Amino acid sequence: MNAVLAVDRVTVRFGDRTILDRVSLAVAAGEIVALTGASGSGKSTLLRVIAGLQPIESGTVRWAGADLAGTPPHRRNFGFVFQDEQLFPHLTVADNVAFGLRMARVPAVERAERVGALLDLVGLSGFGSRRIDGLSGGEAKRVGLARALAPRPRLLLLDEPLTGLDSDLHERLIGDVRQILSDAGTTAIHVTHDRAEAEAIADRVVALRDMFDITQ
Amino acid sequence: MDRAVDRRLHRLSGSSAGARGAATSLPRPAVAALAAVPIVTLGLGFGWPVATIIARGVSWSAIGDVLGDRHILGVIWFTTWQAALSTLLTLAAGLAPAWVLARYRFPGRVLLRSLVTVPFVLPTVVVGTAFLAVLPDRWHRTIPAIILAHVWMNLAVVVRTVGSRLGQIDPQLIDAATMLGASRWRAWWSVTVPLIRGALLAAASIVFLFCFTSFGIIRLIGGPAHPTLEVEIWRRTTQLLDLRTASILSLAQLVIVGILIVAVGRWQRRPGSGILRSSLADRRPIGGERWMGGTVAGALCLTLALPIGALVVRTFRVTATSWGMGAWRAVLGNETIAPVADPRGSLIVSVRTAVVATVVAVVIGAAAAAAITSARRFGALLDTGVMLPLGTSAVTVGFGMLITFDSPPFDLRGSWVMIPIGHALVAVPIVARVILPALRSIPGGLREAATMLGASPLRTWWEVDRPVLAKAATVGAGFAAAVSLGEFGATSFLTRTGSETAPVTISRYLSRPTPLNLAAASALASLLMVLTLVAIVLVDRRRAAADGWL
Repeated sequence: MNAVLAVDRVTVRFGDRTILDRVSLAVAAGEIVALTGASGSGKSTLLRVIAGLQPIESGTVRWAGADLAGTPPHRRNFGFVFQDEQLFPHLTVADNVAFGLRMARVPAVERAERVGALLDLVGLSGFGSRRIDGLSGGEAKRVGLARALAPRPRLLLLDEPLTGLDSDLHERLIGDVRQILSDAGTTAIHVTHDRAEAEAIADRVVALRDMFDITQ
Repeated sequence: MDRAVDRRLHRLSGSSAGARGAATSLPRPAVAALAAVPIVTLGLGFGWPVATIIARGVSWSAIGDVLGDRHILGVIWFTTWQAALSTLLTLAAGLAPAWVLARYRFPGRVLLRSLVTVPFVLPTVVVGTAFLAVLPDRWHRTIPAIILAHVWMNLAVVVRTVGSRLGQIDPQLIDAATMLGASRWRAWWSVTVPLIRGALLAAASIVFLFCFTSFGIIRLIGGPAHPTLEVEIWRRTTQLLDLRTASILSLAQLVIVGILIVAVGRWQRRPGSGILRSSLADRRPIGGERWMGGTVAGALCLTLALPIGALVVRTFRVTATSWGMGAWRAVLGNETIAPVADPRGSLIVSVRTAVVATVVAVVIGAAAAAAITSARRFGALLDTGVMLPLGTSAVTVGFGMLITFDSPPFDLRGSWVMIPIGHALVAVPIVARVILPALRSIPGGLREAATMLGASPLRTWWEVDRPVLAKAATVGAGFAAAVSLGEFGATSFLTRTGSETAPVTISRYLSRPTPLNLAAASALASLLMVLTLVAIVLVDRRRAAADGWL
């Protein structure tokens, strides 16, 4: 496999607890990988390592062969979908989705177009001027996804994005996310503890059977 | 669930990554620049004067002399027991209203909740004048009058602190105790009381602190016969010119209050005994509760309204037996009633001072809050440092400035800037206290989200923290203005003839207790009350708008 993302023997410790012990993972361009495992197995931590939000003790994270150690998270051009969305409460839906485009200095006209296209993509056409606190759980998840996709990240990291929804909505969103990800054509890593969700969304499922070892 | 585990682990680690979301993203040089603002200004304006007090006051023989002085020991004893008694009575008076306002839904509750805080935000000279107005003359200059005024002012602390805790207790918790065989009383003692104990202690220690450092109330209501430490420091400095004793008393004050503040901090930081948070905590009263609730709410209304009503009525009582507009003519038309020649001017001085003090306090307080939330270990230290002026009492601030800035390079004797600076120093901790929780309430994930969308650390701060800071700063500005308008402790030391603030002018009127003077003081106090309430109401509006964040 020709890996675009290569995590090689990464170790993370909190105090004297080892969360990740020489963990390795390779992801091919365009591939959607699901990471599953029990609570506390370190899947979310691994995702944060790839994002650059979590410092590592040893090991490397490479993108297209280049070590990311010196690249701060905001320069990696990776998108991150948070479990609890983390939408900016002082901004409208459209301004949330436009945030990453603003950071990338995309001109206003182009920005508005892209925001519109993304809201269409996630099924929230016309929601642009709404306030964040008026959104339902499912709508907020969709905005989070649209916001992460807007700056065209080269890798999308999803941290339990569908956890905490009622089962009907959960089922519906699984299909939608799969569709949105393949439409967007982004390489993605999807963390979930739900085996069925993993199977449905990903091309490949990687299980962290125990915390200290990712077998491939 | 995964998240919760992760979060706990991150917290355990205590590493920089572990404090995820706890701190802002500001880069070090920016944090250092922000931290320099409060460090330099508070160091010069507060640290140096306190050092001067210590240098003047510390000598074993002097301390021995003063502490061997029966009069001074009497002052310390009186300061302590009046504060303790005021605290106990405030707790006793505040519990029932706290319960009713927290547990029952009834028309006018929201209004009553905000009315409760009115006495607390009023300037002490206004409260003092109002109590002189409401109490019969023979009660003036008595200890019960002082204590009543203390209870009235501080009721809000108990009602708010204990009430918000009571409002979080799920009534089903009480039901559970009842189903396990506890009587209503037993359930109260074994479930409710332990759950509100932290709030009770916090409220008690805050009230004690306020009463212990009470100055305006004691000077206006108590007169010279009942000095507390604060009043004694002022008397030694301005009447007897005994700076040595005043320094030692300030020092004693610093030590005692310092110990109290540490204790308060301990109690407040103690984690509230778990769980709670319920939206079902309040309901409409039923049966006998309506009676009880109605009585308590009615009594509360009356208690709140009486002194304020009396204050306004007194403005028209120009002699012991007649009514008229004389006091208002004097205040609005600037007629002289000895010993005050320029009452209207003093209001203008007060407003001008408040504007300058507010700007200075907000700049320092906002910089401090931003630095505190950005710097990790050092932030806690800075936090304590910024709070110090609040703990040391306004009298110490004023006294310290008076004996420090009397020689080059800072010879500010008689300069107009002394008073706004003193006010700003008193207001900075309050501004910081308003801004800090707002900044801390920002979920750390929001900053991470901004980062993952390509915002640099500086940009992340600008996009996520700055809007919150700006909103909270306007709220802080309202409080700073209210503090400055009513400030009396520091001002008493720094005031100069010809440019008195309104509170000083009120105290001048009251130094001659004739009916006309009390009427004039009441008129000026009424105007000052209106000004203060305007500042606070503007704040409340703003705060309601800022709630979207939380």
